[in-house]
Amino acid sequence: MNGTADGGRRGDVLVVGGGISGIQAALDLATSGYRVFLVEKSPTIGGKMAQLDKTFPTNDCSMCIESPKFIECDRHPNIEILTCTEVERVEGEPGDFHVTLVRKPRYVRADRCSGCTTCVSYCPVQVPDPFNRHLSMSKAIHIYFAQAIPLVPYIDDRCLYLRERKCRICEAVCEKNAIDFNQRPERVEVTVGAVVLCPGYEVFDPRLRGDYGYGRFANVVTSLDFERLLCATGPHEGEILRPSDGRRPHRIAWIHCVGSRQVLPGGNSYCSAVCCSYTQKQVILAKDHDPDVRCAIFHNDIRSYGKDFERFYRRAEQLPGVRFIRGYASVGGEIPETRNVTIRYATNDQGVREEEFDLVVLSVGLQPPPDARRLAETFGIELEGHGFCRTDQRDPTRTSRPGIFVGGAFQGPLDIPESVFTAGAAGARCGELLARRRGRLARERVYPPERDVSGEEPRVGVYVCRCGANIGRVVDVPSTVRYALTLPDVVHAEESVFICSTEAAQKLATSIREKGLNRVVVAACTPRTHEPLFRDTLREAGINQYFFDMANIREHCSWVHSREKERATRKARDIIRMSVARARRLESLPEYRLPVNKKALVLGAGLAGMTAALGIAGQGHEVHLVEREAELGGMARRLRRTLEGLDVQALVRDLAGRVYRNPSIHVHAEAVVLNATGYVGDFRTTVKSRGRVLELRHGVTVIATGADEYRPTEYLYGTDERVLTQLELEQRIAGGDPRVDACRALVMIQCVGCRDAERTYCARICCSHAVKNAIEIKERNPKTAVYILFRDMRTYGFREDAYYEACDRGVHFVRYEPENGPRVEAVEEEGRPVLRVTVADPILGHPLAIDADLLVLSAAVAPAAGTRDVGRLFKVTTNADGFFQEAHVKLRPVDFAAEGVFLCGMAHYPKHIAEAIGQAVGAAGRAVTLLSQDTVVASGSVCTVRESDCVACGACIAACTYGAVEFCETPHGRAARVNPVLCKGDGLCNTKCPTGAISLHHYSDEHILGQIGALASEPETAASRGTTTASAHVDRP
Amino acid sequence: MTTATEFQPKLLGIACNWCCYGGADLCGVSRFQYAPYIRLLRVMCSGRVDFSHIFRAFAGGLDGVFVGGCHINDCHYVTQGNYDAYALFQTCRRILEHIGLDPERLRLEWVSAGEGVRFAEIMNDYGARMRKRGPLGKAEGLDDAELRLRLQAVLRIVPYLRLVQAQRLQAPARTEEDCYRYFRTETFDRLCRELVLDVVTSSRILLELGAGPLPAAALSERLGLGPSDLARHLKRSANLGLVRYDMNRGGYWAA
Repeated sequence: MNGTADGGRRGDVLVVGGGISGIQAALDLATSGYRVFLVEKSPTIGGKMAQLDKTFPTNDCSMCIESPKFIECDRHPNIEILTCTEVERVEGEPGDFHVTLVRKPRYVRADRCSGCTTCVSYCPVQVPDPFNRHLSMSKAIHIYFAQAIPLVPYIDDRCLYLRERKCRICEAVCEKNAIDFNQRPERVEVTVGAVVLCPGYEVFDPRLRGDYGYGRFANVVTSLDFERLLCATGPHEGEILRPSDGRRPHRIAWIHCVGSRQVLPGGNSYCSAVCCSYTQKQVILAKDHDPDVRCAIFHNDIRSYGKDFERFYRRAEQLPGVRFIRGYASVGGEIPETRNVTIRYATNDQGVREEEFDLVVLSVGLQPPPDARRLAETFGIELEGHGFCRTDQRDPTRTSRPGIFVGGAFQGPLDIPESVFTAGAAGARCGELLARRRGRLARERVYPPERDVSGEEPRVGVYVCRCGANIGRVVDVPSTVRYALTLPDVVHAEESVFICSTEAAQKLATSIREKGLNRVVVAACTPRTHEPLFRDTLREAGINQYFFDMANIREHCSWVHSREKERATRKARDIIRMSVARARRLESLPEYRLPVNKKALVLGAGLAGMTAALGIAGQGHEVHLVEREAELGGMARRLRRTLEGLDVQALVRDLAGRVYRNPSIHVHAEAVVLNATGYVGDFRTTVKSRGRVLELRHGVTVIATGADEYRPTEYLYGTDERVLTQLELEQRIAGGDPRVDACRALVMIQCVGCRDAERTYCARICCSHAVKNAIEIKERNPKTAVYILFRDMRTYGFREDAYYEACDRGVHFVRYEPENGPRVEAVEEEGRPVLRVTVADPILGHPLAIDADLLVLSAAVAPAAGTRDVGRLFKVTTNADGFFQEAHVKLRPVDFAAEGVFLCGMAHYPKHIAEAIGQAVGAAGRAVTLLSQDTVVASGSVCTVRESDCVACGACIAACTYGAVEFCETPHGRAARVNPVLCKGDGLCNTKCPTGAISLHHYSDEHILGQIGALASEPETAASRGTTTASAHVDRP
Repeated sequence: MTTATEFQPKLLGIACNWCCYGGADLCGVSRFQYAPYIRLLRVMCSGRVDFSHIFRAFAGGLDGVFVGGCHINDCHYVTQGNYDAYALFQTCRRILEHIGLDPERLRLEWVSAGEGVRFAEIMNDYGARMRKRGPLGKAEGLDDAELRLRLQAVLRIVPYLRLVQAQRLQAPARTEEDCYRYFRTETFDRLCRELVLDVVTSSRILLELGAGPLPAAALSERLGLGPSDLARHLKRSANLGLVRYDMNRGGYWAA
């Protein structure tokens, strides 16, 4: 396909980097009708997230939540994944970029490899495993990790043949002739309309400065090394063993801010934003692995500024045997006999101490990807001062070159959800640019028509997978296949080495057609990952996808009973017998295709809401923008400029102007939502705006209702006019209030109304807000003494630089403990009325009294007043703090669990303007992904009511909090009826129905009891029942 | 070393797709080993588990039933079916005890999709206990016919059980603390006794009488009930018109 007349392969978007952000951008774009090249330089997609053990603050298994996205990418007809590939040259302009890619040799042909890994077991060359951070050994030919996409080994340059032209054992043992040492780097030309850069980040390498003993002392590891040690797929199967002697450490220390917040050569001045929370996660997990382990965390400010982070911090802090020690720490040395490591640290009360640990973990920061400079040159984009991508505050997805967008941690240090929504946002910007060509290059899967099997007897085919040796080594597969043939209605059974390989899936489809099967059982791995693949295969074979069942004989059998072959084989038979019993009873189910109304409703016209509305309208959809106030702009109307110097009022005017001028956006100001019904694709919302009541119909809803500033009740606020909130101070500065400039001393108190018993969370933005206003005051009148009384300064990310600037300008930062917080009284000092602020300074060791002319409270950001009502109307939930709860903290940060409803801005959690905008663009992108579909598909596994059996007791209606069941009038009286679109298929109602009238398709009592019966009974055999035609098609492998 | 003659329990596990089934998967992925007694059946939510599933499994001779769901408040669905699973489990355990079976044969655990090792630990513990416990019925000193009758008595009133379970035997509030507390209260004990256990006994009486009339003494012996308890049940059943006393023949009849 190379070098065709039109300059190479055509696509819409090039996504550079296959980590979680690249994956997200690619999936969103591909689903909304663009053809995507996903380019990754390593041998698999997955990125850093694949190396993490768990993710904070939920401790979700990182690989488990990420790997389904790999498969989704792999199977998407509009995504072409190019691994081992780098970008060499980019020419052209937005809408028409010519990109030269270089594919490095893998030396294994992906089109032939079955992933059996025989080559790996024969390879004689042991090399440190890069995936396990060199803490364990792998082979020169190996699969990067078990869930890699593509699941094909690659040959490392430490291969004997590549170095010395010897060996070639892999070539000899490969039955598929997939090894190809003749591969050379290959240039691939592609043309695309836009580019999304998601190259991610690199972790700081402490070896460079050499001051933490990393690389010299075996028992000093980085936090990413420690992730691998924690992980079940890591070097010691999840046992934490220290590198020097493989023993379990009993005392572990973490040192924070390694390579971050360091204004030294070789360090990074900014805060890496994620280390505090990931360290807490590692502490929790370490305690989980070994409850007796003692943990010490040497930290500076604890920056738990994200959603649910503060609670996570508390959880770690309150574990027994865990000490959080505030103070500067350095690695002393290694004790030669034990190879233990000493840490020297200073605390306020005890002075300098030295303590011994079995293992030291360095919480290393994030830095730009190693090839950032080359990327910048190749793509013609600018970098900012720290070497990350330079972006526009008004839109963090834009690089300095039009048509090239950036998502993920290349924007600066970000955590996973931010990476996901900024990548989605970058994708959405491509969508706006390319809206006219949407769908032109996209491919739809075409399936053959479905065969009607309703009149047929069940004809079950059983396919037993060996999964290489994974199943075959434990379970006697041939005898299991023979056994399957004796089961009722089974007309065909065979084994396969890897039933999930592309080749085997095709054979499966052919076999279904040729044998005339109408039910399929695949006995292999877990349906949680592979059911979609096989359902798809059934569709390819022309039968309904619900005629499929999976017998999990790997995760639930061969892998967990690997030493008991005979009993594992018996268990595999039982599992298959149950599965066949279920399959025989399965019914054909329609998936519901519901038309999508192409309009959106955006609730709230602050910066996030306006940005989301413009983003959706920019991709060609009409938007109803509903705002409570008369004017657009929300909270931003009270802000003057951002820490980075952006003029907020100009931004608000610009956005509002564009909103009003956009013919696709209908603004409903001074509006309240009276009622909301409907579901994804067809919402109906009744809105009253300026006396008129309208029913708006829309396919998606974006909730951007913002947040409120907490009104303090403490520190004389409301009783003394010299006590202000930060927002009020900012308005006074903006209004040129002379009292601010004349101020001799000004005190700011942080964490007012948050991080306390009532609001346990951190409001995220107040520290930066205080620093911004402090600098502003110092700029206007350097003589004003400014004090910031804080608990932890949480100027995360690049905002740390402003914290330094404030220090440089002479702003006094005084830390206080919450149990010994500041006291404020209005007094007269030398005839001058002042506010006397007294605070215990832990460093000075005695109370400090400051006579201030103004007291500024960094009041918390609180959930907007009507949040719960909005939640009830749109059937979405809030978290413990009263902010809206997204569908998944990490991977669905702007989606709600309720389909078709999206979330952005401060309604989600307090955030800075650029963050809110980024999230709003991301939410717009998710919304458009849905709006670009003509229909949405709802699962066929929904409930149904046999109306003649229904006694209208209402038990099912009471159980269904989705509101999917309602009464209706039938000729025989009242009966419950299920709206299949709202039914989520949990089946709770089934257990409430006294007459069994309501039944969940695909998980009916018939299915479940059939399985139980099959397990309980002596094996039912075809012979004993004498009903089927098994003998006609007995195929043996 | 296990020998062929040693008792190997046959256990059914019903696991919700989102959490426990995932935990069992992760257990496999992590290669944690456990005894091969259990066979898992997947449902979408532990709240889908019903009386009929549990008692049909026992009636089929399985030695134990395990139910695995998401941790409380982690349910994938807004319906939070794991609260219902917990309530069902409490009722079922009391029924098992009432009909002379070890309630520990029914086990419920919350296992998240990230708790692979916990799944293995639970399976090992549960497996060992069930192996020690012995075969269903026999270990409790019941012969097969008696075991069948007792389970039959439960299974024939499943529609009724569903009704009272949904209407009367739920925790008053869906918070973890309230839920756990409620099922330890006297109130729940009383409701369960009156609405469920007594009815199971009545159901058993009707089953006995279905084969033909019996004098009170014979009923008392078969059911292992004292005269006053039996009289209470018979009176209640008679009031409902379910049984009657035949003066002439000197026995109770199913009406």
